[in-house]
Amino acid sequence: MRDVAVVGFAQRQMKEFDGSPTCVELLVPLFAECYEQTGWTRKDVGFWCSGSSDYLAGRSFSFVQAVDAIGVIPPVNESHVEMDLAWAMYEAWIKIQTGEVDTALVYAFGKSSAGVLRRTLSLQLEPYTMTPIWPDTVSLAGLQARVGIDQGVWDEAAMAEVANRSLTDAEKNEHAIRSGGSSVEELLARPMYADPLRKHDCAPVSDGAAAIVLAAEGKADEVCERPAWISGISHYVDSMSLGTRDLTRSPSAQRAGAAVDLNGVEVAELHAPFSHQELILRTELGLGDDVRINPSGGALTANPMFSAGGIRVGEAARRIWSGEASKVLAHATSGPALQQNLVTTMEAR
Amino acid sequence: MSRTLSAPITVAFDYTRSTGPVVGRFLEGLRDAQVVGGRTSEGKVVVPPPEYDPVTHQQTTEFVDVADTGVVTSWTWVPEPVKGQPLDRPFAFALVTLDGADTPLLHALDVAGPEDVQTGMRVRVRWRDERVGDITDIACFEPDDGETRLAALVRETVDPVTGIIVPIELDYLYAASPEESLFYSSVAEGKLVGQRCPTCQKVYIPPRSACPADGTPTAEEVPLSDSGTITTFCIVNVPFLGQRITPPYVSAYVLLDGADIALLHLILDVPADEVRMGMRVKAVWKPREEWGTTIENISHFAPTGEPDADYETYKQHL
Amino acid sequence: MAGRKLPAAVIGVGQTHHRAARKDVSMPGLLREAIDRALEDAQMTLDEIDAIVVGKAPDLFEGVMMPELFLADAIGAVGKPLLRVHTAGSVGGSTAIVASSLVQSGVHKKVLTVAYEKQSESNAMWALSVPIPFNMPVHAGAGGYFAPHVRSYIRRSGAPTHIGAIVAAKDRQNALKNPYAHLKNPDTTVESVLASQMLWDPIRYDETCPSSDGACALVIVSEDEAARSSNPAWIHGTVMRSEATTAAERDQVNPQASRDAAAALWKQAGITNPLEEIDEAEIYVPFSWFEPMWLESLGFAAEGEGWKLTEAGETAIGGKIPVNASGGVLSSNPIGASGMLRFGEAALQVRGAAGEHQVDGARKALGHAYGGGSQFFAMWVVGAEKPSN
Repeated sequence: MRDVAVVGFAQRQMKEFDGSPTCVELLVPLFAECYEQTGWTRKDVGFWCSGSSDYLAGRSFSFVQAVDAIGVIPPVNESHVEMDLAWAMYEAWIKIQTGEVDTALVYAFGKSSAGVLRRTLSLQLEPYTMTPIWPDTVSLAGLQARVGIDQGVWDEAAMAEVANRSLTDAEKNEHAIRSGGSSVEELLARPMYADPLRKHDCAPVSDGAAAIVLAAEGKADEVCERPAWISGISHYVDSMSLGTRDLTRSPSAQRAGAAVDLNGVEVAELHAPFSHQELILRTELGLGDDVRINPSGGALTANPMFSAGGIRVGEAARRIWSGEASKVLAHATSGPALQQNLVTTMEAR
Repeated sequence: MSRTLSAPITVAFDYTRSTGPVVGRFLEGLRDAQVVGGRTSEGKVVVPPPEYDPVTHQQTTEFVDVADTGVVTSWTWVPEPVKGQPLDRPFAFALVTLDGADTPLLHALDVAGPEDVQTGMRVRVRWRDERVGDITDIACFEPDDGETRLAALVRETVDPVTGIIVPIELDYLYAASPEESLFYSSVAEGKLVGQRCPTCQKVYIPPRSACPADGTPTAEEVPLSDSGTITTFCIVNVPFLGQRITPPYVSAYVLLDGADIALLHLILDVPADEVRMGMRVKAVWKPREEWGTTIENISHFAPTGEPDADYETYKQHL
Repeated sequence: MAGRKLPAAVIGVGQTHHRAARKDVSMPGLLREAIDRALEDAQMTLDEIDAIVVGKAPDLFEGVMMPELFLADAIGAVGKPLLRVHTAGSVGGSTAIVASSLVQSGVHKKVLTVAYEKQSESNAMWALSVPIPFNMPVHAGAGGYFAPHVRSYIRRSGAPTHIGAIVAAKDRQNALKNPYAHLKNPDTTVESVLASQMLWDPIRYDETCPSSDGACALVIVSEDEAARSSNPAWIHGTVMRSEATTAAERDQVNPQASRDAAAALWKQAGITNPLEEIDEAEIYVPFSWFEPMWLESLGFAAEGEGWKLTEAGETAIGGKIPVNASGGVLSSNPIGASGMLRFGEAALQVRGAAGEHQVDGARKALGHAYGGGSQFFAMWVVGAEKPSN
């Protein structure tokens, strides 16, 4: 396997973006930031890959406009997944492994504010017996949360603790949409929203975009003092059926974690849009109390669709660049109730 | 940059889905007020039946009738129902394991408040009177007080269910980019304004947030004439769903004088078969009182009568 | 410092019977029809597959967002890595390329890839033409988009106006030899095509692809796994290139991205004279005139000369460069799958497994797909021999 590192990262997040759903206006400055971090121009990028969703934008081929933001004369080696940035990054990592290219820039964007997100995501479900009754994402997460509470796997206090820690950490993150910790008691005193979930148990709906730069050995050291070397990356998917799954578990997250070496991980950025999901992930990945979880504030404080998973990668990589940590983990999820999961570990050398 | 223009857009279609034999069997059951599960290779009765067995990957062939009463195995409260959900007042979504099934089914539960539902309570299907072979034949679940009730009218199975219709309608607020907004705001005043890319100097209309060649935002405004040359075109004869202009009509790329990129628009006031590549045309604007922030302020382009532009002057745009 | 791509081969190809509406199956059923045929061809089971890559064009066609999530159960992806690629019309091709890179990178050994479209669940023209606010809905679907550029080609090349009809008649006659093809029109001739209605002048009804429901699946494996097949199709080269939708410099008749992709592909595959060295080409031709246009862009003919190959009958089976022996996109067009069908049919040719539409002695073949406003290109070369480089 070739050694590949994360050497650049940029994000823009806002509650509501008043620009176009393809977010070209957001992407151009993000690419500029990546070029500034690396000293590159677009000609130094060997492969481009993006993540986005037509249904989020409300139009077919929504990613096509975004290709304009790259500057595609001369034509580029480019691809697209209708998935989160983390999987676009995976495709790029694979491309570098084939030896065809040495560098990649991956990006993603999502304007959830264009529609009603929790309704739009009903279209992700089984189309014959689920989508026709429009089960929204919050309800699906609520069903999962209730199972854990009923079975004693977690409780509302544990969920509130996740929220409180996230909101507190978010105070130091300029990109967070929500911030301001208080206490478990105060959070529990707030009213139920979608029983058993309170508003702070659910990620905010917001718009944003992000970009990640990958470079292979040889190139990475040229542009970054302390590259975040990807020491492992894997992803798996579970069944969609809520009936046949044990909703207190995420086997695909467990498999993804088992496929990489998690020993010595100091910081873990987990993509958990609902507070109880962080509890599931910590168990599936076997993360002990010594691991710092979501210093960025995590998805509970900002969850721009289609870049939130990739943002976990960027936020984790930053801890390597800054020297704060030597080994970190980033996780991304897709689908209802942690159905699909990707895990990557990054290390300093 | 001006504030961006926005407008609502609804993306709607009544999708016609063919179900295949397994989902079809389940839906036939619903039409007959009977819930049908599938037995997996591991012996579990799953509702709705999975089309393919999770272990053998073969299509499910063993179907099992289950009761229309059962137990709530999980629930959540829906305080703000969205369009299309089974109830338009607050309700619970529940996972219900019906008697005879091993796994739960997801559906709505009609209760007044979260205090009226708990895991383990008994519920029963509220059947719709008119059933068609669709998951909504189950209107929702309701608490089962144990009283016997009239069996839902069962109609004898006539035809197999092979398809369903699923209306999907999503409302969006579409926003133009700042550059597009500027363009449309100018069009609202009868002006065509392009933007020049600082890197390659080409003039784009409509302007872009990034020049597609270089990725640089186009910024310098360049007023353009509303006259131009047809580079290439086609004559549209075919009608289609959602079309707003009646065929036959000419759809043409018009290279406005001063622009480096052609604009797609209609050509009228000339028989379709007389339209030529290189023809000189000019915008015909709608009456001013009909103007809005849209390129449709220009009703169409019409020939000016000038001699055709020389092929050499526009061939690089073909 | 670049690594080297590990050898990879196609040992299974499967496709559905493509029809205007496959009302007999669900979406999972449609995919499984292609997948089960590909697995049988490869003599493998779903459980042996390491990873799955799904490809499909816009979600609006079927009204399911990110369908790989609900399909995971049916296609045996539970407990496996699953990806979903979407690169507009070229998606079938780029999906196959992503799948092959999973093997060429050494990450996986046995990859299943499937691309599909079940267009009858909505209406393809509607999904492609949903009006955007502030804009003018002048487009009339894909045909309306491409017709002006076909006119440009005819003008630039000086091609006689019956060339498109030759292509259409040839592809439809070829389709009669392909048991899976959608259109089976034995009476299609050059004359009948020329007599059909102009839809988007200069494109006629019979020069236009159908709208089909269908799927295609491939099993792509590593060198050691390929030993289980007596006739693997070795992947000699894969390339993807993209350009802008509307840029001032664009040449939509002979796009730069197409030329760049082809040049890079021939180089990867060690091909210096495509006309001589390629035995069959599955080229994405949704409107008949794209055959001469792509022949030029891909380097089979000089600019302006592609139509001469068509006119001389060289693109028929038995000619110098048979194009679309399968019947091509003109005969079957489930949009998401069409690119993979080209890639898969090319593989069938070099494996000697194309049945009635086999080109005798085909050893090297091209699979080609394009999408968007002629801006996304995905292509591969497959061969009966393992690549020497």
